[in-house]
Amino acid sequence: MTRTLFAAALLLSASPLAAKTLQVTPGDDPYDALQTALIEAEPGDVVHIAAGTYALTDGLSLDVDDVTVRGDGPAATILSFKGQTGAGEGLLITSDGVLVADFAVEDTRGDGIKTKGVDRFTADNVRVEWTNGPDAQNGAYGLYPVESTNILVQNSEVIACSDAGIYVGQSDNIVVRNNRVSYNVAGIEIENSTRADVYDNVAFHNTGGILVFDLPNLPKGDGHSTRLFRNVVVNNDTDNFAPEGNIVAEVPRGLGIMVMANRNVHIFDNVLDGNDSGQIMIVAYARPYEDTDYNPLPREVVVRDNVYGEGGGAPAFPGGAELAAALGGAIPPILWDGAAAYRRGGETLEVPVRMHFDAPAVTLNVATAGDDRLGGMPSMVTDAHAEIEEPAPVVLPANQPGLSDEKALAPASD
Amino acid sequence: MGIAAPAAVLFLSSAAPAPHVADDVLMAEAPPSDFAEFGLFLDAAMTRPAPRVTPYELNSALFSDYADKARFLYVPVGKTIDYREEGVLGIPVGSALVKHFGFTRADGSMDMIETRILIHQADGWKAYPYVWDAEDRTATLKKAGARLDVVGQDDRGVKLALGWKVPNVNQCKGCHAVDGELTPIGPKARNLSGETGTRNDLEHLAALGLLSGLPGDPPHMPDWQDGHVPTDARARAYLDVNCAHCHNPAGPASNSGLFLSWETPSGPAIGIGKGPVAAGRGSGGRLVGIEPGDPDGSILLYRMDSTEPGVMMPELARTQRHDEAVDLMRAWIEEMTP
Repeated sequence: MTRTLFAAALLLSASPLAAKTLQVTPGDDPYDALQTALIEAEPGDVVHIAAGTYALTDGLSLDVDDVTVRGDGPAATILSFKGQTGAGEGLLITSDGVLVADFAVEDTRGDGIKTKGVDRFTADNVRVEWTNGPDAQNGAYGLYPVESTNILVQNSEVIACSDAGIYVGQSDNIVVRNNRVSYNVAGIEIENSTRADVYDNVAFHNTGGILVFDLPNLPKGDGHSTRLFRNVVVNNDTDNFAPEGNIVAEVPRGLGIMVMANRNVHIFDNVLDGNDSGQIMIVAYARPYEDTDYNPLPREVVVRDNVYGEGGGAPAFPGGAELAAALGGAIPPILWDGAAAYRRGGETLEVPVRMHFDAPAVTLNVATAGDDRLGGMPSMVTDAHAEIEEPAPVVLPANQPGLSDEKALAPASD
Repeated sequence: MGIAAPAAVLFLSSAAPAPHVADDVLMAEAPPSDFAEFGLFLDAAMTRPAPRVTPYELNSALFSDYADKARFLYVPVGKTIDYREEGVLGIPVGSALVKHFGFTRADGSMDMIETRILIHQADGWKAYPYVWDAEDRTATLKKAGARLDVVGQDDRGVKLALGWKVPNVNQCKGCHAVDGELTPIGPKARNLSGETGTRNDLEHLAALGLLSGLPGDPPHMPDWQDGHVPTDARARAYLDVNCAHCHNPAGPASNSGLFLSWETPSGPAIGIGKGPVAAGRGSGGRLVGIEPGDPDGSILLYRMDSTEPGVMMPELARTQRHDEAVDLMRAWIEEMTP
């Protein structure tokens, strides 16, 4: 008992007793003022960026644990990188327990806000925008946690990324909720990641609304266990403006939700409407690759209880128009390539892909991943009734920054 | 950045430097504002190193807008560097690495821009940038970095007006990080084993008693500028020193899956046939990192060719196109069999 008390006392004395607030206000050298505050902040501190527009010529970075960077609102505190001459992103975060809230990042030359290799990152009420609208010259990602754990992105807005607005890559334990993403190539993308809950988001006027991908030749592969639910994915109708070579350049204009490779993906209770290429597309990774650990097939995908409006009437992918015509004018809510085999070295491996669809679905009957998607004879799917256990809701740690008790995380679905 | 003045005048006009390296200053939690307080040099111009401060050169070096560099290594009394075959040498706590950046004048002296120091303290390496004043009298700590107007010249003597970026302490880590921990990059056995100038730096350090465990046949990475070396080895040496500090499995660019260190086997990991991951417009419309036989179809060349933020690689420490390196990469990719 004595021992326990002693340890508790030590813990208290080690925690910052007088966390301070570093005030940054608009001035002559905003880069120096902001970057100095981000360097001099100590764990527990708040860097407060007062309302105003800060014209920054260089990327900012934060490498101190448990710091909050807070503005006076995403319409009031604006970090403008229009004149940026260096660095790959607007704000790079490499420390744990960081909360960014209530400010905007505009017109970065590369990505907006990136976290690399961190634990417990929260973005809350942040806006990242390229103010010129969709353009291949815009930065790739708006909110960009990568190789990170315990990620919370909420109440934020991302506009006009040339890749994905909210992109979570090679990460684990992720919540993306209540965000608005528009005019990006991809609204939200979860890639090579595990355990993600993506819900209550609105994705509109992107090329594609929400993507769940798994790509080869990356340090963290085998993405799985993602739930997409209660999202509103509507009117995704922006021409694809991604630079060629990037995987999202393959996303046809007007797609609602797309799953490429990956496994154990559950898509339910969403509203999908006005997506001309189709509401939900599920396909294998079809490019050549050398990665003996990689499985290019989507497996264990559940699609249920979504509400479908108009969609699939004007598919913007090769052969799409013919397919729609053959199916009575529009492709059904679910389009699956049907691949159930893939090549590794010289051999072809067949795997049980196990699908569960409760809405009309068409399969392209592609035999093996990488084959011509238009080479098979399409048919309606009639036997996608696999019982697939849903991943448990994502639970973030109690000390996730900015996670207030009243905003409970999503419940388990029924 | 100023007019050359006789070193002796500078010596008298500034605070007398400590006669020995100030170990207590090196190990202090807060770095001094004035670089001279480290006592690492005998003269204010910092050309004459103090005892146990040894100049060294790398076989292949990082490109920094054609700037010239002078490197020094300090090992405290009673300690030695442990030889390591791979990775950075085992440089003991208490040591420091110093790098001057500047442009060499016609008389051989250096017009100083900044001096960076890496200090090995008990809880890890620390990195600090110091900026020289216009007369090259004092180098002052700039934790938040700086952007300076510098006039330099390229390898052919063509004048360059540079917006020189002094990194802030976080940006130091942008390159100098392994698994998020700060670390030196250059002093690896394979990059110190060349005949630079008149000596082999590994043998020299061992002869001074500063390096223990040196084997008879340390690994060797060539000078990328050495025309007698096969193109493939030159290209890989250049990529190792200019890219691999980020592009390795424990580095800041680990998420790209593109690994450019000397020891990475040729294949998808160095970009051959490998699609981009997070390149964005950095792909330039090219489909793979390296398309054998097709330099213009290779993202690697596109990004080295660019000087535009968001496209160019490396992201930091370069505003100029490194023409000689771009030529080498082009020749290397052209030589590859599709």
